[in-house]
Formats: sequence, C-alpha cells, structure tokens
Amino acid sequence: MSFPFLSIIIFAPAVAAVLILLLPKDRQAEPKVLAAVGSFISLVLAFWVFLAYQRETGGYQFVEQLPWLPAIGSSYHVGVNGMGVMLVLLNGILLFSAVLTSWHVDDRPREFFALLLLMGVGVFGAFTLLDLFLLVFFYELVLFPIYILIVNWGWKPLREYGAMKLTLYLLLGSLVAVVGVLAVYFTSGLQTFDMVALQGATFSVEFQRTWFLPIFLGFGVLASLWPFYSWSPDGYAAAPAAVSMLHAGVLKNVGAFTAFRVAMLLLPDGARFWMPYLVFLMAVNVIYATFVALIHTDLKYIIGFASVAHMGIVLMGFAAMNELGWTGAVTQMFAHGIIAAMSFAIVGMVYDRTHERDIRKLGGLIRKLPQPAVALIVAGLASMGMPGLLGFIAEVQVFMGLWRAANLAPWFPAIAIVSAVGVLGTAAYILRLIQHVFFGELKPQFSDLQPAGPLDTVALALMGGILIVGGFFPGPIVEIIQRGVQSVLTLLGGA
Amino acid sequence: MGNTVLNANGFLAILPEILLLLLAVVVLAVDLALPKERKRALGVWTAGGLVIILAVALWGPAPTGVAFGGLVVADGLGRLLRAVFLLGGVLAALMSMDFRPLRQDGPYYGVLIFSLMGMCLMAVAHDLVMLYVAMELTSISAYVLVGYLKESPLSTEAGVKYFLFGAFSSAVMLYGLSLFFGMTGGTGYGQVAAMLQQVVAMISVSAAPFNLGIVGLMMVLVGFGFKVAMVPMHFWTPDVYQGAPTPVTAFISVASKAAGFAVLLRALNFMLPALGNEWTVLLVAISAVTMTLGNLFAIPQRNIKRMLAYSSVAQAGYILIGVAAGSALGAAAVAFYLVIYTVTNIAAFGVVVLISNLTGSEDIGTFAGLSRRSPFLAWSLMLALFSLGGVPPFAGFVGKLILFAAAVQSGLIALVAFGAVNVVISLFYYLNVVKVVFQRRSEDEEAPLAVPVPSRWVLGFSMAAIVLLGIVGAPVFNLIWQASAGWF
Repeated sequence: MSFPFLSIIIFAPAVAAVLILLLPKDRQAEPKVLAAVGSFISLVLAFWVFLAYQRETGGYQFVEQLPWLPAIGSSYHVGVNGMGVMLVLLNGILLFSAVLTSWHVDDRPREFFALLLLMGVGVFGAFTLLDLFLLVFFYELVLFPIYILIVNWGWKPLREYGAMKLTLYLLLGSLVAVVGVLAVYFTSGLQTFDMVALQGATFSVEFQRTWFLPIFLGFGVLASLWPFYSWSPDGYAAAPAAVSMLHAGVLKNVGAFTAFRVAMLLLPDGARFWMPYLVFLMAVNVIYATFVALIHTDLKYIIGFASVAHMGIVLMGFAAMNELGWTGAVTQMFAHGIIAAMSFAIVGMVYDRTHERDIRKLGGLIRKLPQPAVALIVAGLASMGMPGLLGFIAEVQVFMGLWRAANLAPWFPAIAIVSAVGVLGTAAYILRLIQHVFFGELKPQFSDLQPAGPLDTVALALMGGILIVGGFFPGPIVEIIQRGVQSVLTLLGGA
Repeated sequence: MGNTVLNANGFLAILPEILLLLLAVVVLAVDLALPKERKRALGVWTAGGLVIILAVALWGPAPTGVAFGGLVVADGLGRLLRAVFLLGGVLAALMSMDFRPLRQDGPYYGVLIFSLMGMCLMAVAHDLVMLYVAMELTSISAYVLVGYLKESPLSTEAGVKYFLFGAFSSAVMLYGLSLFFGMTGGTGYGQVAAMLQQVVAMISVSAAPFNLGIVGLMMVLVGFGFKVAMVPMHFWTPDVYQGAPTPVTAFISVASKAAGFAVLLRALNFMLPALGNEWTVLLVAISAVTMTLGNLFAIPQRNIKRMLAYSSVAQAGYILIGVAAGSALGAAAVAFYLVIYTVTNIAAFGVVVLISNLTGSEDIGTFAGLSRRSPFLAWSLMLALFSLGGVPPFAGFVGKLILFAAAVQSGLIALVAFGAVNVVISLFYYLNVVKVVFQRRSEDEEAPLAVPVPSRWVLGFSMAAIVLLGIVGAPVFNLIWQASAGWF
C-alpha cells in the first residue's frame, strides 16, 4: 500500500485534537501550537496531493480501502478525483487560516482548538470518503463541535439561539438524506455502501425520481438552499469568526458537494427530472440573498447573506448538468470558500476591536487596520466577479453552463441572465460595506485600535494570495477540476 | 433451532448463572468478615467477580441447544446479551463504591448480583414458566434495590411505586402467558409456536382463538413493556429513576431494560412467530409513540435523573424499531445498540453520582461551570449525551444508523422518518445540558472536584467504549451479527 496521504490529511488534525485534550487544563500556548502544527501538516499534504495528482490519468486517486463494517458492506474507502483535490486543498487552507486567526482565544483554548480541529476532520472526511455510511458519519461529525464552539465562544446575545437553530436544522436535513441513502443501499441489492460500486447499480426511473428529492434537499440544507437557509445568517452572526470562516468556507461546500455526489451521481434520472424546477429555488438564493445583503446594516449578516447568494451559484452550476456548469460550480466552491472565509475573518477582526457590527457606526478603519482593509477589497472584488480574480472565472463558467442547459428545460438561459444580473448587486453591497467600514471619517472612539497581528496578516495573505494567483493563472485549478468533472460526467450517460 | 438436547452439558448452559449464585454467597460472606470501615472493598469483590463471570459468559464453554427439558436454551445471541447485563452490573457495582449511602453495604451488592442472575436467565429462558420465574427474580431484587435508602422518602416511595407497577404488569403478563398455555397446551416456546401456527392455519381471521392470541400478545407485551419502559408502561420511570439511589437507577436503566429486550426478542421470534404481522404493527405504533412521548416529556425536565428517565423511554422507542423490523439485521441492531446504550447511560449516571455527592442536588442547573471545574467530567457527560443523541463519532450514531437500516430493509420507512424527527427533538434537550455544562458559569467553579478511583475507571472505560464502538466497532458488531444470523 502506498503512502496514505489522504488518511494523514484527515486524521492529523484529529491526533492533534486528542493531544490537546490530554494537556493539563491550564495550558494556554501549547494547544494553539499543536493546532497549528496539526492543521499545517494537512495543508502541506493537501498541497502535495494537488501537485501529485495525475491529471492525464484522471479518476479517483490516492485511494485507500480498509474494511470497516464488513457485515453491512461498509468500508473505509477514500479517494479524490479532480474536484475532491481542490476541495481538500480548500479545507487545508481554511483550517490552517482559522487556527491562525484564532490565536487570541484565551478562554479554555484546549477545548476551542480541539473542537475546531475536529470540525476540520469531519470536512476532510466528507470530501474524500467514497463510502456512503462513513460519508454520513463524517458529514454529521461536524455538528457537535460547531454547537459547543458557537454556544461557548460565540456572540452573547444570539449564540444560544443561533447554535441550537443551526445544529438542529442541519441535523434534520442530514437525517432526511440518510433515509434516502438507506433506501439507495437496500434497493441497489449490492449489499455495499461503496459509492463507486453503487454508481454501477441500476435504479428504476421511478425510484430515482422519488428519492432524489429527499436526498438532494436533505444535504442541500447545509448548502443553504432557499428556503432552507435561515439557519445560516443567524448561525454565522452568532458564531466566533473561525467557525463562521470554516462553516461558510467549507461546510456549505460539503453540503453542495455531498448533494451532488450522492443525489446527482447515484440518481441521475432523478436529477434530470427535478433540476429544471429546483433551479428556481437556486435563483431565489442568488437574487433574494443579494437583495437582503444590499439593505442589511449588520456586518456579519451582510457577509452571511452573501455566502447564501454564492451557494446559489454553486448549486446552479450543478443544476446545469454539463461539463461547463459542474466545472464552474467546483471552481466557485473553491473561490467562494476562500472569499467567504476571508470576509468572516476580517469581520471578526473588526468586531473584536470595535465591538460594533453596525456598518453605519464604523468608518475610516483603513488607517488602523490596513491589511484587513486590503484583504477585504481583494475578497470583495473576487466576490463580485472582477476579472483577474478567481471568482470571475467560476461565475462565467456557471452562467455559460446554464446557458447551454437549454436541453433540460427551455428556461435555463433565462435563469442564467436573471442571476447574472443579480450578481451585479454583489458589487453594490461589497462596495457599500468597504466604504462604510474602511473609508470615510475615523470615529474618535476607534482612534486607538490595535493593528492586525502578524498571524492574522499571514492568514489573510495566504488566502488573498491564492485568490490573486488563481485568478491570473487559473489553468492548473480549472484543468484539474475539469478532469474530475469529465470522469464523473460519463455517469450521466455521456450527456 | 434448539433441537440439540443438552443433558450432562445442561449445567454448562447456565454456568454464568451458577457462578453468579456463588458470587452472591461469597460477597455476603466477605461482608460478614470485613470490618465496617473497609466494606467499601465489597464493590471491588463484586465487580471483580462479575468481570470473571463476564469472561466466562463470553469465552467459556459454549454449548448450543436446549437444556433442562427445554426450560433454557443456549445460543450465541443469548450469550452476548447476558454479557451486556453483566457489563452493566460491573460498571454499576464500581459506581456504587462512590455513592456514599450504599458503598459499605454488603447485602446491597448481594441483591444486585441476584438481580443480575434473574436477567441472565431472562436472556436464555425458553419456556413460559422459566420466563416468568426469571422475570420475577429480576423484578423483586430490583424493587429492593430501588427502595434501598430507608431514610430517604423519595427512595422509599420509588420502591413502592416500582413494586406496585411491577406487580400489576407482572400479573397481567401472567394472565397472557396462561392464555397461551390454554390455547396450546404447552409451556415451551417451541410447542407454543407450533400449536399457534396450526391454529392460525386452521381458522379464519375472525375466529375466537386467534383473537385470543392477540389478547394474549397484548397482555404479554404489558409485562415486557414494563421492563423496557415503553409507552404506555413507562409511567414508573421518572419517579423511580429520580427516587432510586443513582447507581441503581443506572443499573435499572441499562441492564433491566436490556433484559427486557432480550425476552422481547426471543419471545416474539420463537414463541409468537405465528402472530408476526400483528406484533409488527403493534410494535411499530408503540415504537413511534414511545420515542415521541419520551422525548417530548424530557424537554421540560429540570432534574437530570428525570430527564434521563424520559430519555431512556425514548431510547426504548428507538430500540423497538429493531425489534419491529423482525429480521436478523434488526436483532443484531438491537443487541448492538444495547451494548452502546449500556456504556453510554452508565457514563451519564456516573457523572450524576459525583455531582450530586458534591452539591447534594440533581438539578441540571448545578452542572453549571462543570467544564471549568472538571474537564474530565464535562467531557464524559458530553460524550454520553452526544452518543445518546446519535452524533458521530460516538457509538450512538452507528447504533442508530444500523437500527434505521434494519427498519428500511423491512420496509418500515415511516417509522424511520419518525425516528429521524425524534433524534432532532432529543438533541434539543441533550444540547441544553451540554450548554449548561460548557457555557454557564457558577460561583464555585474554581472549587476542585476530586474524581475517586472507581469512578475514574467507570468513566474512562465508558468514554473509551463510546468512542471506540463509534469508530472501530466492527469486531463487536460482527460478533453480534453472526450470533443473530443464527436466529433467522
């Protein structure tokens, strides 16, 4: 067996988390260092996987398979194709950045960092597992750390409500999907939870149409599909910055990617039947959330709704059911993940220093926080789809994919146009946010703010750098995603 | 099934029960020999003896077949279920060593062992009379245990309540058993099953003897339902759980419930397969109602033991899903979940014992600041509650998923949907406790809280089991799976 890259990526943070919990309870610095080391190992290996993935060969690589629950046909089967490679890398970047930007947490750092790492473990697993049973296992693994993280380290007025709402909402969604997963398992008659094997099973069209909806919507809750999105702004407003970063940056992608992998790839006929209707919900995601972001005055809510709008674009890309759309969707996941995480990190820095989240009461902070200001401008430009940044490439692909999806339903091109116009609204709220927070007159009460720390700067530079480099040299990223898309596109019968 | 007749080997089939009897005698004798201040060691004697018996039950001689003229049956699943009760007994005995009012009491440990003996017999009973005797042995010992604290009005009240409910349901069950005896003329499960099959084949659905069978089924379910605490036979749980000494509550909530499920599984599948359609429908309905009511009533509870009582009612509802599935996977799911539920609930009650020792209160509010005062206890309780709620990577998640899988396999999709909604409801109140433990502050949170050695063992073992069964539980599940495949 070759070197278990993926397993080490998944479990290095878990090992670090266990070590952290074994420390005596009064330690302050050690948990942070261990967390940084654990997440850094994952990041380096994830980058190595990105480089070493054989693009010509395609398909699932770095595959490892071990029996797990052989009695019911479940095995620990991990592997990534081009899409998974990018998502693993995304999580590596964001987990490490989240640890760096949380260095100021001094209340029970042991618990905080251990739980944060466990969240990362769940995400890595959900991106790489090729076994349905364990996929659900890792998918739900993220729930319990999030609850404790928000309820303990979150924003006091909202944290109990926000944490409970988020956790129960997501759990209910995933359980609905689990029922569908079990139905798939038993109907296939293959006695296996292995997704690669299940992709070869034949399900009747009727079965696919019945069960596509619960599975897709169940997982789609985590992708904040309208109208199941309301946990997201409340949860993010309540959560500490690092949790919002990971949640908006990667967890929503876990929802979208899992819905894609399980519902669409296993039940393609169901997808073909339902997507022309579901695409309307996704369009509402984009347009409605953009409008709310335009009028909201709370920093975190603006970013939260922005992330809801972005996920609408990701899901639309999947709904297009063609190579361009899917490639755009995954590129958008990667780009949006970084943008969302950067935004939440910066908003967290601003709030920690000013204790003010109403953008009308802020202003002129660029003089005190130059690095976050620059980073937010980069993220904002990427988010509104400015050429030269990664978000642009993603959105163009998605809308072109939608344009070409007219074979599914005649209204796809119209949806593409309407949503593209909606994205213009993004520009407005981002500019408004940047202007209110960073430009204008510096309020006297903010005149002695602490500057951003070196670790914060490192994290922002890492994320911003990837947005810029990826925007100017999108080749490697788009190509690897495209390879992944092509390898699964055959499941649709060569569509 | 059960064709082999064990003659000389018959005693091997009940070796654990014989050893339990010996252990009880030894513990009572040691009690006489030890001076008062050293009697806490009796917990070690009890737990140590039970560990040995547990090992014998798992790895000792394993004949298969019926013994003593068909009174008991020896098979794989029975052996494993027995091991579950014994595990619960070991942990409860250790936990008792840290419970001040009980820990120096020799007869207490003796009664605990007698109760375990009854449970072990319940798992292997293969005859109506044997079943009844085993259940009574279990129950009567349990009444004594619940009311053990003579000075505590709550404990005394709980004992009387438990006794009244228990005696009533046992009488109803006895009536039901006598109906089956009357209809079939036999007391062995095999005879009853064969005769019922003939009756069902002979008559039309509306004919009297068959309806009598349904009446008998319901009456028997009253008795079993009391043991597993399923609605509507759950009324005793909150009061008894609250009033009983906490280690006893833990013991009853795991071992006694598990024993109830052991007889339920065996009786339904071996004595009443002819009424399979009827009991499936009944159990589906009862399961849905049990988990829903249990969870809804748990939400407003302020006393942690009462909350855990309703939670245990809800858990019985989940486990019934596996029984209702009526398949090998269902039986395996039930047995596997019982293992998980045992370590999980023991961990939860283990923390309650220590906190109530310290604060003298079982109010959920007194758990405030626990994560600052003792991270070890806070994590123990959190693991237990998340496992009960079915959150990965903890064992409860895998257990529930297999239960749900069994139901989907048997086509009980609606029941699984009920289960899924209930998991969400239950997480609401589990999370609320976790919130108090981790987030709420208290004035004395800096006061150190020493965790005594026996509790360290109990909680450490339970936590390890909760995590390991969740992550690498396959060997345990395989063992159970093979045993339960032999049943169907």
